[in-house]
Amino acid sequence: MRFSFLSLLRNAFSAHRDWPEQWRSPEPKPAYDVVIVGGGGHGLAAAYFLAAEFGIRNVAVVERGWIGGGNSGRNTTIVRSNYLLEDSEALYDHSLKIWENLSQTLNYNVMFSPRGILMLAHGHHDVQSFTRHLHANRLAGIDSEWLSPEEARAFCPGLNISKDIRYPIGGATLQRRGGVARHDAVVWGFARAASALGVDILQNCEVTGIRRGPDGAVTGLDTTRGAIATRKIGVSAAGHTSVVLEMAGLGRLPLESTPLQALVSEPLKPLISCVVMSNTIHAYISQSDKGDLVIGAGTDQYVSYSQTGGLQITAHTLDAICELFPHLRRVRMMRNWGGIVDNTVDRSPILGPTPVPGLFVNCGWGTGGFKATPGAGHLLAATIARGEAHPIAAPFGLDRFARGRLIDEAAAAAVAH
Amino acid sequence: MILISCPWCGDRDQTEFAYGGDATVQRPAPDDADPTRWFDYVHTRDNPRGSHRELWFHAFGCRQWVEVTRDTATHAVAGAVLAGLRVGEGETP
Amino acid sequence: MTGPFRTPTGGRIDRTRPIAFTFDGRRYTGFQGDTLASALLAAGVKVVGRSFKYHRPRGLVSAGSDEPNALVTVIRDAGRTTPNLVANEVELREGLVAESQNRWPSLAFDVSAVNDLLSPIFVSGFYYKTFMWPKSFWSKVFEPVIRAAAGFGRAPTAADPDGYAQRFVHCDVLVAGGGPAGLAAALAAAESGARVILCDEGPEFGGSLLAEPAATIDSAPAAQWIAATLATLAAHPRVTLLTRTCAFGYYQDNFVALLERVTDHRAAPDPALPRECLWQVRAAQVVIAAGALERPLVFPDNDRPGVMLAGAARAWVNRWGVAAGARAVVYTASDSAYAAAHDLRSAGVEIVRILDLRPDGGPATAVARAAGLTVETGAGIDRVLGSTAVTGVVTARHRADGTTAAGETLACDLVLTSAGWTPSVHLFSQSRGRLRWDAARATFLPGTPHEAARSAGACNGTASLADCLDEGFAAGAAAARDAGHGAVAARRFAATGTAIDIGGFAGEAPHGGNRDRTRAFVDLQHDVTAKDIRLAVREGFRSIEHVKRYTTTGMATDQGKTSNINALAVAAAATGTSLPAVGLTTFRRPYTPVSFGAFAGASRGDLFDPVRRTPAHARATVAGAVFEDVGQWKRALCLPAPGESEGAAVAREVRSVRATVGLFDASTLGKIEVVGPDAATFLDRFYVNALAKLPVGRCRYVVATRDDGFVYDDGIVARLAPDRFHVTTTTGGAARVHALMEDFLQTEWPDLDVWATSITERWAVMAIQGPQARAVLAPLVEGLDLAPEAFPHMSVATCTVAGIPARLFRVSFTGELGFEVNVPADHGAALWDRLAARVAGHGGTLYGTEAMHVLRAEKGYVVVGQDTDGTLTPDDVGLGWAVGRAKADFVGKAGLARPDLAGPGRRQLVGLRVEDPEVVLVEGAQITADPAPPPGTHALGHVTSAYASPNLGRGIALAVVEDGRSRIGTIVHVPMPGGSIAATVVAPVFWDEEGRRLHA
Repeated sequence: MRFSFLSLLRNAFSAHRDWPEQWRSPEPKPAYDVVIVGGGGHGLAAAYFLAAEFGIRNVAVVERGWIGGGNSGRNTTIVRSNYLLEDSEALYDHSLKIWENLSQTLNYNVMFSPRGILMLAHGHHDVQSFTRHLHANRLAGIDSEWLSPEEARAFCPGLNISKDIRYPIGGATLQRRGGVARHDAVVWGFARAASALGVDILQNCEVTGIRRGPDGAVTGLDTTRGAIATRKIGVSAAGHTSVVLEMAGLGRLPLESTPLQALVSEPLKPLISCVVMSNTIHAYISQSDKGDLVIGAGTDQYVSYSQTGGLQITAHTLDAICELFPHLRRVRMMRNWGGIVDNTVDRSPILGPTPVPGLFVNCGWGTGGFKATPGAGHLLAATIARGEAHPIAAPFGLDRFARGRLIDEAAAAAVAH
Repeated sequence: MILISCPWCGDRDQTEFAYGGDATVQRPAPDDADPTRWFDYVHTRDNPRGSHRELWFHAFGCRQWVEVTRDTATHAVAGAVLAGLRVGEGETP
Repeated sequence: MTGPFRTPTGGRIDRTRPIAFTFDGRRYTGFQGDTLASALLAAGVKVVGRSFKYHRPRGLVSAGSDEPNALVTVIRDAGRTTPNLVANEVELREGLVAESQNRWPSLAFDVSAVNDLLSPIFVSGFYYKTFMWPKSFWSKVFEPVIRAAAGFGRAPTAADPDGYAQRFVHCDVLVAGGGPAGLAAALAAAESGARVILCDEGPEFGGSLLAEPAATIDSAPAAQWIAATLATLAAHPRVTLLTRTCAFGYYQDNFVALLERVTDHRAAPDPALPRECLWQVRAAQVVIAAGALERPLVFPDNDRPGVMLAGAARAWVNRWGVAAGARAVVYTASDSAYAAAHDLRSAGVEIVRILDLRPDGGPATAVARAAGLTVETGAGIDRVLGSTAVTGVVTARHRADGTTAAGETLACDLVLTSAGWTPSVHLFSQSRGRLRWDAARATFLPGTPHEAARSAGACNGTASLADCLDEGFAAGAAAARDAGHGAVAARRFAATGTAIDIGGFAGEAPHGGNRDRTRAFVDLQHDVTAKDIRLAVREGFRSIEHVKRYTTTGMATDQGKTSNINALAVAAAATGTSLPAVGLTTFRRPYTPVSFGAFAGASRGDLFDPVRRTPAHARATVAGAVFEDVGQWKRALCLPAPGESEGAAVAREVRSVRATVGLFDASTLGKIEVVGPDAATFLDRFYVNALAKLPVGRCRYVVATRDDGFVYDDGIVARLAPDRFHVTTTTGGAARVHALMEDFLQTEWPDLDVWATSITERWAVMAIQGPQARAVLAPLVEGLDLAPEAFPHMSVATCTVAGIPARLFRVSFTGELGFEVNVPADHGAALWDRLAARVAGHGGTLYGTEAMHVLRAEKGYVVVGQDTDGTLTPDDVGLGWAVGRAKADFVGKAGLARPDLAGPGRRQLVGLRVEDPEVVLVEGAQITADPAPPPGTHALGHVTSAYASPNLGRGIALAVVEDGRSRIGTIVHVPMPGGSIAATVVAPVFWDEEGRRLHA
């Protein structure tokens, strides 16, 4: 049933008894053309695009828990494309362009809201670094503008632009096309649209083994819901990628899984209309439509598969928020949680084929995977369908580390000298 | 807030330490010409769900690098030795 | 009397101390000991808030922190305004000003209540299905309307002036919860001699006993036992008692965070006191005694003001002397509600009827009937009458076949409900202990712990008062024993009191209404009804996490304390599975909300991050310095004369250094002393340079890479003795270079006999640079000949300067003759004074970092982190000469051999020259081959440094450009918003290319 105000109204008269399941919950078939491992936004998007754009509909998404239960449902929902390096700009802008029409594409209101991303520069070095971003973005055709501290406060009332704080704000870049979206809706929207095209979404279905033939190519997988034969597997398992790939003999990767925390305040009447980010003092804040202040905290540094982190991370984030918005000290944290993010050494993702024929991987998104959801899904689908990397994904292959062709956004943003 | 048993200082809060990563990486011999071994050393990491050997630098303590064996799913620390002693048959002080 | 509903006697309030307060601008009076909730209830205020979505009028439901409806804003002044406080946690104080939330224009008349009429459309997740057309309307029309309607309180408009403290403590036994079980646990642990912390979220200890004055323990009234126990505990020097302190977060290895509310309850708090204190406790053992929460029954219109938990009504009458109404109907599936009925009746409330959902009632039924109460079993409420206050109920009689017969209409102003009690397993679950499902009692209980923790009392499923006390005492004794303290003799308590029903009924109670249309509220704050949950299940949301996210049940400020189990049961019934099969949502921190300020603590303003100042900082301040932040350091950017602009000051400083001499405070440079028989071997391996044969008395410019081969830091290595080196790093790189040295020394080369010690703060460093540098310095130096041939460029020596023992370097980061004088930090200011005077005498000047940057850029010296960015090799930035390729090993050697680090297409450091001397390129600007690049054009590189050079009288720029060295002499373009600027690629040295001045 198509979603619209009219269908909502019609169903109101029948007390909403007639809404069908948003996605089917079928039994696994013995074989699929493609199996996507990981029922997060990325994996579901890949399945959707395989069916919708590449005509491959005999597809399963296997998820060990419930769809969207990992990082898709645990992030701070920031969407932007104002990256520094050309390869990253192309990748994230590819995704942003899909975001801009995603609600209509999926017939599901994912609430993409280009509220503007304000990135704060503190001090001379930040200003230098941000200027480089600004010029790089402009050359790439990505919208980005420079705001003085006063202009930044005009855009985000309440921002503390006093010169007397420890690290005064020296200005900001603004990407107006950037914003936020409703994370769960993205997952459900892709699931619903993919399921309607024939994709089987198999929840509570944990992969326990990857089968390979004598030539080394994949032939199928073992799951807690039985064996499934397939020639093509796309792994999109975020923090658990290492665990899954080890089943195919790819144990050691340039990848580490660490906990990333986030938190929300109690709901408040609207006070922050955009997304404010400060990499220097580690604070990210926006306000959800519900009124909660959504705040991203940092990562603990150690490898972890438990979705919790230390108090010092929360404390360090909130002291930064209180520096930027000193009138928020009395506002209270309502809920704090963590996810497991998979980080590469250059903080850029790995997207493409692996040394194992038939096995493709999409991982290493670190703290920034949400914004890439539709784009990464699309590129993984294209790569699986073609058997080789999509041109936008090509620079992000696993082979780049050995060659030394890193795409190092973090290093390129440099550190204080 | 993991408690790490530093061989010199005893049980200390994780916030006194800086994380140093996978302790199983081996720097190849200087004359090792095989680039894949260097690639492994510089970039690839053990990333297991379960027991993990890892380095922690006791930055706000004795400033010693400590090799800790920790379960990455439960954070249970099974032991810690000075990193410099792990190569040989040395014991913790 | 402070209101029509205040009982004549009773309660723990102090009736001799009336307190005036206002709510929504109206003045009321309560008593010392009241909460805002009890005082409003006493005054007959029924509606205390509006719900989130439908803006339905709402009243008080619970007497504790689990209250979903009564959220208020408490206002002291603009900066001391606190939204979203639970009225039960606001203690009455003189002059308290509180306001209701989420209503406009007033609580009684709220325009947004129109949403309630649209509720047939505004069901769970309706917003995912609409607002998609036209596309631009979502963010321009629909979303702003939704945002304006959402949210509860308003954030303060001014900065919070209050302080927040943090304390870090260790203890043997932390007892979380000060009810009967917690008090007994603390008593046992204290007797063993353990260090004990006992905390409770309320203003006084006693927990459930405070609401049950008739209970007795060891033959004494409960209040007496509490007082005696507290006196005993207080007499133990190793016991810390914390009231108003909630254990809100359980972290790894028994690290528990507590929030203490210190001043909010005081009328005129001592300004020296923090508003709140965040206790960070590392406990050897934890006893969780968090009690249990009463669960409401779910039935149509169960959200009307006046429908409340039976235990809450009992607490209000017994603890605060407030009868919540005049005529009460009790609707229960649990015996404990009967106790409430008895107590309210004693206080003069008419108990119209007790409707017991259970077919035959419980043990309390017969007792109640014998006492003259009317009890109907197998009965319930079909619907509630009244909108802004309960006026009555229509009863229902449940038949054995599951159908319901209409009952009668009962007039009442109060409905007490109880479905049973839910053990508070929040902390246990946060500690990652595994919960177990007790099928017999239909409840989740603590199972296998993950931490050294025990649960005791109601949170462990223990129902009777005596059992809670016994279990608490045993848990406290065992915890103390496991923490290494002596045994405590076991003790059993004789006690009388109300047992609570653990478990009980969960889900939507039977009623005769249309289940697809009537609204039986599960999550009151978020307006989630049972039919909303069924809709979610119908749409395929099966996991409880999906149900929660789709309906938002349990995601309100109360985090579902009273609603989660009911939601779970409704979902289980809809999916046709059992409760545990649907799963339980994660219990996330914090148990109750915690102020941002408490986490931030003292970390604000200058204490946000340590401020590092050089020994001569005060002198620079006097000299008019403008400072910049470089890492944690404050560095003088430039030192303008009075009335001089910063730009003019920089130009003057730059010219002065080239013409005469300048003095620069270089103390922020990182410094590491590397000592030991193998020190030379170590440094030879650590830096890319060949250092093994560096002679004593000589310095070398060094470059560090990591094993990936990218430039990481640079500095000077100076050999003071065969086994002693003074190494400098960049200002920002000091800590990480030192840590990396320790890493290699301790993990890769433990065989090397070397010590690396940070000496950054130990030495103050003054750079004297310029043609007159020797003339300025020489008269002050003893024990060293500064003549060019005796002390050439890149020399080092120990001597005395101005009578101060010094390490003197002849080095230059300006391209001029230069010296850097290192003296012990304590003498830094004195040295500055002597040098500044002599520099002035030679017509020189003080200069800052900006002039230093211009000077070094004129010479093409790179700044790591500005001209490099972590993706460039030494060769890329023209430092290939420094790499000791013949060395057997150094950090980065193998990395540099990777194909893409040596091949064509690398970005290389070059200079850029623009025809127009007035043009100064912009740092960060991109470089293209195309003068009019269309969007998406590949950039050849970017400008890394750009300055107006006063010495050259033109703009200069450094850049990294693809194959830049082979492009020298060609034209590239720098696209700017106003059009491209053409620039010629040149060598990156603009001043004294032969380096003659350096060697003067």
